[in-house]
Amino acid sequence: MPKVIENVGCPYCGCSCDDVRVTVSDDGKKVLEVENVCAIGTEIFKHGSSDHRIRSPRLRQPDGSMKDITYEEAIEWTAQHLYKAKKPLMYGFGSTNCEGQAAAARVMEAAGGMLDNCATICHGPSFLAIFDNGYPTCTLGEVKNRADVIVYWGSNPAHAHPRHMSRYSIFPRGFFTGKGQKKRTVIVIDPRYTDTANVADYHLQVKQGHDYELFDAFRMVVNGHGNDLPDEVAGIKKEKILEVAEIMKNARFGTTFFGMGLTHSDGRNHNIDIAISLTRDLNKVSKWTIMAMRGHYNIAGPGVVWSWTFGFPYCLDLTKKDHAHMNPGETSSVDMAMRDEVDMFINIGTDAGAHFPIPAVKHLKKHPWVTIDPSINMASEISDLHIPVCICGVDVGGIVYRMDNVPIQFRKVIDNQGLLDDETLLNRIADRLDELNAQGA
Amino acid sequence: MSEMIIKNGYVFDPISGIKGDKKDISIKDGKIVDKVSNKAEVIDASGKTVMAGGVDIHTHIVGPKVNLGREMRPEDKLFRGDFRGGILKQGKRMEMGFSIPSTWKTGYSYARMGYTYANEAAMPPLLAPHVHEEIRDTPIIDVSAMPVFGNNWFCFEYIKNKEIENNAAYVSWLLNATKGIAIKIVNPGGTEAWAWGDNCVTINDPVPYFDITPAEIIKGLIETNEYLGLPHSIHLHGNNLGNPGCYETTLATLKLAEGFNPKNKFGREQVLHNTHIQFHSYKGDSWANFESGAKEIMDYVNSNKKITVDTGCVTLDETTTMTADGPFEYHLNQLNHIKWANVDVELETGSGIVPYIYDKNIKVCGIQWAIGLEIALYANDLMRVHLTTDHPNAGPFTRYPRVIKWLMSQKARDATLNTMKWKDKVIAATNLASMDRELDLYEIAMMTRAGPAKALGLSSMYGSLAKGADANIAIYDLDSAKMPSDPEMIESAFSNTIYTIKEGVVVVKDKKIVAEPHNYTLWTKVNMPENAQVMHDIKEKFTRNYTVNLENYAVFDEHIHNPRAIEVEVA
Amino acid sequence: MTEKKTLNMITQRAVEEGIAMEIGKTSKQYFDACNIIEMNEQDMKELGIMKNTNVRVTSESGEVIVKAVVARQTVYPGLCHIRQGVWANQVVPPRTQSTGAPQYSGFPVTVVPAPNERLKTALQLVQGAVGMWKGE
Repeated sequence: MPKVIENVGCPYCGCSCDDVRVTVSDDGKKVLEVENVCAIGTEIFKHGSSDHRIRSPRLRQPDGSMKDITYEEAIEWTAQHLYKAKKPLMYGFGSTNCEGQAAAARVMEAAGGMLDNCATICHGPSFLAIFDNGYPTCTLGEVKNRADVIVYWGSNPAHAHPRHMSRYSIFPRGFFTGKGQKKRTVIVIDPRYTDTANVADYHLQVKQGHDYELFDAFRMVVNGHGNDLPDEVAGIKKEKILEVAEIMKNARFGTTFFGMGLTHSDGRNHNIDIAISLTRDLNKVSKWTIMAMRGHYNIAGPGVVWSWTFGFPYCLDLTKKDHAHMNPGETSSVDMAMRDEVDMFINIGTDAGAHFPIPAVKHLKKHPWVTIDPSINMASEISDLHIPVCICGVDVGGIVYRMDNVPIQFRKVIDNQGLLDDETLLNRIADRLDELNAQGA
Repeated sequence: MSEMIIKNGYVFDPISGIKGDKKDISIKDGKIVDKVSNKAEVIDASGKTVMAGGVDIHTHIVGPKVNLGREMRPEDKLFRGDFRGGILKQGKRMEMGFSIPSTWKTGYSYARMGYTYANEAAMPPLLAPHVHEEIRDTPIIDVSAMPVFGNNWFCFEYIKNKEIENNAAYVSWLLNATKGIAIKIVNPGGTEAWAWGDNCVTINDPVPYFDITPAEIIKGLIETNEYLGLPHSIHLHGNNLGNPGCYETTLATLKLAEGFNPKNKFGREQVLHNTHIQFHSYKGDSWANFESGAKEIMDYVNSNKKITVDTGCVTLDETTTMTADGPFEYHLNQLNHIKWANVDVELETGSGIVPYIYDKNIKVCGIQWAIGLEIALYANDLMRVHLTTDHPNAGPFTRYPRVIKWLMSQKARDATLNTMKWKDKVIAATNLASMDRELDLYEIAMMTRAGPAKALGLSSMYGSLAKGADANIAIYDLDSAKMPSDPEMIESAFSNTIYTIKEGVVVVKDKKIVAEPHNYTLWTKVNMPENAQVMHDIKEKFTRNYTVNLENYAVFDEHIHNPRAIEVEVA
Repeated sequence: MTEKKTLNMITQRAVEEGIAMEIGKTSKQYFDACNIIEMNEQDMKELGIMKNTNVRVTSESGEVIVKAVVARQTVYPGLCHIRQGVWANQVVPPRTQSTGAPQYSGFPVTVVPAPNERLKTALQLVQGAVGMWKGE
């Protein structure tokens, strides 16, 4: 008899939905049906139990083909290379559970290497802004229950966080928001007329790369200098700025969600920094919070786990082994790659082969490359070693941190059929490194 | 079968009433026993001070706001490795951070000071799994955590409707779900008001919409606590923290406890523990005439056995403030303009984080420093007045030895006063300079182990060298018969033990970490019949208002690190 | 009708890309979802580019052949968009302004018609870049 498992977490985007219903086969090996999940989540669960899953580590042969090896051999290969490398980099973690991220910290402290996560190319600029300017935020339930004004700035949840608007921000009927969308005003600020803009009450088609000026204009209005605005700022007319700023000032509870539109453009962290300042300004006249739209279901995880382990959320230099150093720009993955500072690369729970700019990939590929990931992806197809692991939420459970840093406890729904999970794999690599370190000492 | 005997030390154990006698302490299988065989490992404590392992009743060391503090303050890691007082790796993992240490450094640092148990001050229930993950990565010391109830929608409704039995059922359900240990209350009502940008600054200000007052919330939770007979009393961070004149709010708050009596099987004698009371003892009505209200507060505390407090002493450091008193933190940012973080948590609570520099050359900071020490020096019964710094709010816990030095030495207090630019103004606004009382080791033992353990209802296990207690022991390099005249030696002795022993295992020897045995998560397990109405209410709120499913809310067993339950039976 | 005009390129997520990514980056769905440049209709006219034909996109750090379309999510004149992924990252400049994050959005490109050029597969592009491509 097929089994229905409820309250399952979905391992895709930062919504980290935990209301998924999965029907699995009687033998616990296959996902038959998935409900309550968006189109992307459906694919993950299907893929998770497909017959095409790689179930054994594969080592690149001299002729370019891949040969199946055992986990023991893969662990030994990785530990030996880590031990010999002067500045190995382990990067990724968008799709690993926290237990795996904690084990990775152990590995790279023992190896004396660099430890970084996808935030380095994503919300890293948000971290930089938070380091300088703080972070007035809330959990998503506060938005659901209280918010009457929502701003999406440089963020397109219709595409990147498909259930965000229905679960958390625009459509749900919360305790103080019983009329749902009807009593919410949605403002989208984006250079494109996105599908999110399509459901908004206001779309400000800001000139790409000029968000900073527009934030500044809003701050002027909130601080009482709206009349001094020029006729147009960043492509938006003064009247529109005044109108939207009034809406924000008069909100009962407002939240600004922001994404890559701000973090990837010119100014990077300065765009977030001024967004935080605007939020703080708004709290003089209203109640406002701001939230980074974290991309993956547990990309907040390494930031959380490594902050309690080392004190820093990313771009970690652990090469001295007895203390940690962080200096984005110096110790960030892409920058180190471009300067040829890394002599071994471990891609874990991500696909740097597809998502790093190709020049960085070329630099990294000059050295041993290990991919720890359940899928065939660009990284695995250029790796020297590909180690498959369980998918969190599918064949391993664990704790993940939603975009608002709320921990969600994931369950597994199918049997791992011999696959190792990240935590077990990485702890065994760490154990082996401890042995090598003790011998070498 | 492992046996150990600590011989010839000067023992200070207020639970047993031992005031510095030379006594042997026998340990077998991790517990204190009457005697051991001659095969026991011998530790020679001649000429040294022996106390039970320290008990920290209120500290922010594990959890989401602690961690956001770490995340947003890379500068807190400036001194690391062997650079200016950082720690070179001693244990399995590196040690990072000053005012908000990493979890590894937290465990190691407490152990080096001779502490073996710390009570996390505030756990937002929705984020309990995070707290437990950090507890797992905190070595050596046992840890417990207190979920917050003072801004909880369920409690508002039950207390407003005078449904104490229902409130009790909810509290016990939540303690189980979060594996929490006690009822914590922070700025009751005010943090819910802050979700709209408001606050409750007196105990009679009604909470927006819910229309309940802080006074009602506090009394309702005291009544709930005694109905359940929990090991600890309510643990309260009252309204109006940190404002000149707040001592009146504090007295009004403390008086709420007058109608209640402690009901429990754990030896607890208080019904209200007011935490970091230094921050609540301010007279005056502005920063200009700001002055100490410590005497007024302690006059009341001294004459009321049903109140316990912890001091919240200011250490004059750059540190990080963090509290579930969200509106206070916003207010602090508006004062000092240093970066501000805030996390409002649906249905339950909120938090704020703002770095703060307690500059000895600022008059207000000097007065705050003096008030914290006055609280202890005015105390008649130090079993009821516990030493804390509300870590890290008033200073890092690694400064406890410095606070001990100040309490034990007027010379040390004067030396610090003499460094202050506005020393005369500080003296004029406080009483400290004229207080020549110096606490002795027995009183320090009361403040740092026996008192907190008793107030927590755990003195049969912790803070005690009586038979049956966990064998948690600290041996300090202080000869109580020949105390040093240089107070700096007091601080250095309490900073690094000669031995710290955790359940009979030597974990610190000669100031270094030498072992990391298993440690526990302590929690209170209330056994009471299920309450159908409350379960229905819970299901409904989860369906409608929470954004996490009910079945994913309670922390899964696999995520609790070595749970150790304190059981309570409720008919 | 053909001129070299500099456009401003951004690269962002799309749900089609997300679905296809989970099916697999070597899949046809991923190929179809990601080797697209979304352009403004007016720009396409001025540059002599016909809808749904291939173009060559060149940036300071690389070039790629992608198919030009007018998307439902429209861009204003001067702006263009390639969905994040293998094709986009052939041209994304790795400069990070010392923050760690490359210039994924807001970099100058030229886009010229290349109707007879073939689209390359993801594997061909990535393995090809590092000298591992074995196909033709």
